[in-house]
Amino acid sequence: MSIVLIVAEQQPDGHLRKATLNAVGAGKQLADKAGAELHLVLLSKDPSKVTEELKGLGAKVVHTAAAPEFEHYLAETYAPAIAELAKSLNASFVGAASTAQGKDLLPRVAARLQAAMATDVLGFGGSGADIVFNRPMWAGNVFAEVKLTTPVKVFTLRATEFPAAAGGQGAAEVKTFSPKVEGGKTKFVDFKEVKSARPELTEARVVVSGGRGTKGDFKEIEALADELNAAVGASRAVCDAGWVPNDLQIGQTGKVVAPQLYIAAGISGAIQHLAGMKSSKTIVAINKDPEAPIFQVADYGLVDDLFKILPALREAVHKAK
Amino acid sequence: MKILVTAKRVEDPESKIKVKPDGSDIVKEGLKYKINPFDEIGVEEALRLVAKHGGEVVVVSIGGKEVQEQLRHALAMGATRAVWVNHTGALDQMGVAGLLQKVTEKEKPDLVVLGKQSIDDDQNQVGQYLAEYLGWGQATFASKVESLESEQEKSKSPALVLGADGKSVRVVREVDNGLATIECTLPAVVTTDLRLNMPRYASLPGIMKAKSKPIEELTPQKLGVDVTPKVQVLKMAAPPARKAGIRVPDVATLVDKLRNEAKAL
Ligand SMILES: Cc1cc2nc3c(=O)[nH]c(=O)nc-3n(C[C@@H](O)[C@H](O)[C@H](O)COP(=O)(O)OP(=O)(O)OC[C@H]3O[C@@H](n4cnc5c(N)ncnc54)[C@H](O)[C@@H]3O)c2cc1C
Ligand SMILES: Cc1cc2nc3c(=O)[nH]c(=O)nc-3n(C[C@H](O)[C@H](O)[C@H](O)COP(=O)(O)OP(=O)(O)OC[C@H]3O[C@@H](n4cnc5c(N)ncnc54)[C@H](O)[C@@H]3O)c2cc1C
Repeated sequence: MSIVLIVAEQQPDGHLRKATLNAVGAGKQLADKAGAELHLVLLSKDPSKVTEELKGLGAKVVHTAAAPEFEHYLAETYAPAIAELAKSLNASFVGAASTAQGKDLLPRVAARLQAAMATDVLGFGGSGADIVFNRPMWAGNVFAEVKLTTPVKVFTLRATEFPAAAGGQGAAEVKTFSPKVEGGKTKFVDFKEVKSARPELTEARVVVSGGRGTKGDFKEIEALADELNAAVGASRAVCDAGWVPNDLQIGQTGKVVAPQLYIAAGISGAIQHLAGMKSSKTIVAINKDPEAPIFQVADYGLVDDLFKILPALREAVHKAK
Repeated sequence: MKILVTAKRVEDPESKIKVKPDGSDIVKEGLKYKINPFDEIGVEEALRLVAKHGGEVVVVSIGGKEVQEQLRHALAMGATRAVWVNHTGALDQMGVAGLLQKVTEKEKPDLVVLGKQSIDDDQNQVGQYLAEYLGWGQATFASKVESLESEQEKSKSPALVLGADGKSVRVVREVDNGLATIECTLPAVVTTDLRLNMPRYASLPGIMKAKSKPIEELTPQKLGVDVTPKVQVLKMAAPPARKAGIRVPDVATLVDKLRNEAKAL
């Protein structure tokens, strides 16, 4: 039976990345369509912290490898180990979530396996050996059906398009393996984490985003976000200016979000920004300019000054509670 | 040091992209073309490194005759010379990386700088494939700590920092929940993120000079690379349209709609 191998990702604090659950959800869909078995793999300094959790997600086998070299993720050490496992399993598909790690790692794994690859997959079509991958191109202006003709097929997937795998679905067999650890040309130096008390952008039920219209004053954005227990997002213009950290950027080249509610304040709605938020369930736009392109995707548009609207909105939400 | 930088030809990011009714391709008529914005950032970074440490910047593009426009653009910015891999017809990221591998082996640069993704295919793969093909270290999504409106940026110093012995490069990488710093032994592959720098404008003298700078022509045959695509785009379609929204006059109406109509609050 052919195998779908999904790469799990552990956070620096030891927890499983939430996007991994969506990746496993996608892996299940693909395994069903391709008539394949679902396997997971985790490389870590200490896999024991998340092995229990991985076991319950409904995969057939969970492969883990422990080595001190896996403490800090580096493509150069991770890629050969994953490729070696994929080869020994004769896996037909290797996938991971489109996180920064997934996007850095999977092409290198693909190159090792002489496999073609599709990035940011939104869904699967076809069946058996003729699986096709649906993926966006030109900042989401085009949805393409893509076929990979190499024996092994590699992909990253957009987490917001797939259901998160739930725990408690039986117990996978756990197998440990000891890959030859390669590398040495790249060295981890440090990691500056941006810590926030608010929910994570890609997981939040509500996102409040600010653009250049805020002129760098995010107080009202943050206050509304706190009232709604929402995450804070931003357009690229705002990150470029250094007003907010880079990792709040939503868009073609930033994060892709799909919350229940997306509130865009002072954002013009350039195509590159829309690429990252257009699949939100309900979109609210607040912009002074009635012609702003953001209104073309907004369910509810308010043409007015954000510095007037945001405090009023916060108060109204508070009262309605 | 010697730096090889890519300059892919892509549709202007401001263009309206439409799919042909038969789903075979996008409508090309009336589109403007540019150097991939990420590659332009790569050219800028390479020029800054060479300004500080000496050396030369060689720019490479793969495609038909028309990609010479993008090569000339990079030359006008200040690159020393150009390599054009003449190829028309289908090509995928394995093909591109295979050709770049051969050009790299020929040129023997200390650093290859590519964009993290092309804004047409949005694949984000070529740099990583290339690093693996070459057996080099990779630093993708190179970024900088300072804002792009800072004094540091205005001084046009490179964000990539060479080690004291000139044998390694330190790269700040933009990752999901912060900034990671890694160090790569040279030669290495770096891919650029948006916040690495602000590319310079090509000056008029630069544009004049670029006209006489050399462009070497190669082909996949000359480089001995089979570029038969393994990635086939079967069909293109417009994304599902959102249904038209409404304008609301005030906050009270908005909250009412969000609660009772959208059930979003
Ligand atoms: C005539 C034609 C037909 C094509 N047919 C196909 C096809 O059938 N299947 C398919 O997948 N793609 C096809 N492409 C697009 C293909 O060439 C892509 O450029 C390639 O797949 C690389 O993927 P990407 O651009 O998404 O790379 P990414 O990984 O997003 O790009 C990363 C970086 O790689 C570098 N790079 C990529 N391409 C070039 C280039 N040509 N010259 C210099 N540097 C480059 C750039 O620095 C870029 O920023 C075709 C292109 C042309 C011109
Ligand atoms: C290769 C490339 C990749 C890119 N990737 C991304 C990406 O991933 N994400 C992204 O966001 N962008 C991206 N961009 C940038 C994008 O094209 C736009 O430049 C950017 O999104 C604009 O941000 P903005 O709407 O905040 O600013 P602006 O376009 O300056 O718009 C500001 C808006 O605020 C409104 N406004 C001003 N004052 C007020 C007020 N007091 N009250 C209400 N409204 C007000 C104005 O009417 C205007 O519409 C990319 C660009 C390129 C070239």
